[in-house]
Amino acid sequence: MKYVDEYRDPEAAARLADALRRAVRRPWVIMEICGGQTHSILKSGLEGLLPPEITLVHGPGCPVCVTPIELIDAAVAIARRSEVTLCSFGDMLRVPGSEASLLEAKARGADVRVVYSPLDAVKLARARPDRQVVFFAVGFETTAPANAVALRQAAAEGLENFSLLVAHVLVPPAIEAILGSPDCRVQGFLAPGHVCTVMGYQEYERLAARYRVPIVVTGFEPVDILEGLLMAVRQLEAGRAEVENQYRRSVRREGNRAAQAVVQEVFEPADRRWRGIGQIPLSGLRLREPYRRFDALERFAASATAREESSECIAGLVLQGLKKPPECPAFASRCTPESPLGAPMVSSEGACAAYFHYGRGEERGWAGST
Amino acid sequence: MGGFNLICPAPPAGEERILLAHGGGGRLMHQLLERVFLPAFSNPLLERRHDGAVVELSGLRLAFTTDSYVVRPLFFPGGNIGDLAVNGTVNDLAMCGARPLYLSAGFILEEGLALETLRAVAAAMRGAAERAGVLLVTGDTKVVDQGHGDGVFINTAGIGVVEAPEEIGPRRVRAGDAVLVSGELGAHGIAVLSVREGLEFEAPIVSDTAPVWEAVRALLEADVEVHCLRDLTRGGLASALNEIAQAAGLGIRIEEAAIPVAEPVKGACEILGLDPLYVANEGRFAAFLPAGQADRALEALRAAPVSAQAVRIGTVVEEGPGSVVLVSRIGGRRVVDMLSGEQLPRIC
Repeated sequence: MKYVDEYRDPEAAARLADALRRAVRRPWVIMEICGGQTHSILKSGLEGLLPPEITLVHGPGCPVCVTPIELIDAAVAIARRSEVTLCSFGDMLRVPGSEASLLEAKARGADVRVVYSPLDAVKLARARPDRQVVFFAVGFETTAPANAVALRQAAAEGLENFSLLVAHVLVPPAIEAILGSPDCRVQGFLAPGHVCTVMGYQEYERLAARYRVPIVVTGFEPVDILEGLLMAVRQLEAGRAEVENQYRRSVRREGNRAAQAVVQEVFEPADRRWRGIGQIPLSGLRLREPYRRFDALERFAASATAREESSECIAGLVLQGLKKPPECPAFASRCTPESPLGAPMVSSEGACAAYFHYGRGEERGWAGST
Repeated sequence: MGGFNLICPAPPAGEERILLAHGGGGRLMHQLLERVFLPAFSNPLLERRHDGAVVELSGLRLAFTTDSYVVRPLFFPGGNIGDLAVNGTVNDLAMCGARPLYLSAGFILEEGLALETLRAVAAAMRGAAERAGVLLVTGDTKVVDQGHGDGVFINTAGIGVVEAPEEIGPRRVRAGDAVLVSGELGAHGIAVLSVREGLEFEAPIVSDTAPVWEAVRALLEADVEVHCLRDLTRGGLASALNEIAQAAGLGIRIEEAAIPVAEPVKGACEILGLDPLYVANEGRFAAFLPAGQADRALEALRAAPVSAQAVRIGTVVEEGPGSVVLVSRIGGRRVVDMLSGEQLPRIC
């Protein structure tokens, strides 16, 4: 397939892996921010090609994983109302709330539907004026423009039966929270290519300079990731700390201005709790005043007060790169995709799910695999 | 390690409910089999856990199987529920090395269903039965209240006569066996999904639904020592290989670059965030046979139209008993797990 196959090419991968081995002199810890990158790494067995000096740790870039438990609970409570049809991306359905997941609510009769686009939810609201259609707006800067467009369209059409349950989060404040932590061991970052396609990477230049850390905007295919790692390692070995762009076929420094404008119009930054990590200032989005009446939390007076997590789940440490999933005592025993303790075990971008499905080779008797 | 974990705090009895994923062909369905059906019905034939049972009656070996069809939408590019109801069951018989002979059909119809729809489904069943060389010899009809069915549910059961000289099943799989697939993967699942979700692709993706007995017969006529066959329906290739690895107590190693997936299916899977290894097929199967006979087997398969694109994708090994490992395109290795739950499209 064009634009994909060349980034999964074995020869290109071997060449980059070889260049990495020649470039690296000292041990380095590098974090890929995005859960899509984490899955690509595990799915392609890429770690097996890396020199031993490079340790990859996995970042918080799984929007499903960091959506606070109180918002899952609010979504379940709203979905259980008889007048509501709750629409969500598929990923969100299995994530455990403090009492139930949306999938369990669905099994007990709640009207929960998987959609591929927020515009499908708008279409449903148009077709069913008798139903309250709520779209669970989850995601980083990548999905915010489409959600903003959907809401703007619903507002323009006067679809008062449409609303958003907003759980948007932003990447740069999360990177800053990780770098600001005294336990931080990350020395370089692969920044998320799709987020930067929308937002550009000017915001990251301040972080690179302030924390003296290389940040390489990177794509999602194995060859992209190897090249991003090579660029990061070359900076680290040379003592540089800059923002570089590996994902040039998609990302420009200023990003997609039109997408940014529509997000600006509909949303404004707000403080946000991250599941397992805690409150991060101005790290989320909420609806601006003219659109506030489409806020599902307000419309259904749903509560979203902080709840206790399973005490055994170390998702917060995993999401900050402080632990890897197999280091969790509950991993693959008391926590599995069928009965998860935390969101990273069920999200398609969650690090625990990646290790559960693609890793565990040695445990199963395969010599020398991850 | 089995699927049952003593440390796991099982939810109180009566609290567990059936989820859609219990029917998805993955881990939850296996739990259902292990925790409910096998304890209830346990007997040596059932415990072979193949696609159908082989029973011996006065010297004649008969294969017997059943399957229910609840596809939504009823009509999709390349077929409808009627084609599936015939092909799915005759293919289960073929996987036992049996020539399909007779089918039963039970219809559960929803009040309000257009008779025209039922006629179209019945016509498709007749066509599929003719193509597969089987007769529909007995049947049943029930009607349920509106809102209690998706128009038509069909159950078919089938009987066939085993033509394979030796047993075909997971316990005959040996380390060193070649693993073949009979054609390109994923078209059926994506064809159904595209209609269900209103997705449009440049080139329409057409279901692969087809009877595969002619392909199995080609293998048998070429004197290939077939160890095991498995159709790649719900849960796709990944789930089928995991089931066989577990039942055989051996590892399976496959090469990502060798796995055949048509470009439009690959593209649709990329967009939707689905893995073609887990997408359902209705006219594809995997074959396990001695590596030395792989070339002969491929030649025989490629001569049959339904398996013209058969290829070898891997090997059975002693390493990693009960699991499947994939060598990725870039030369890395990773485990291919059984499907957990349903495949749900991702966010971004």
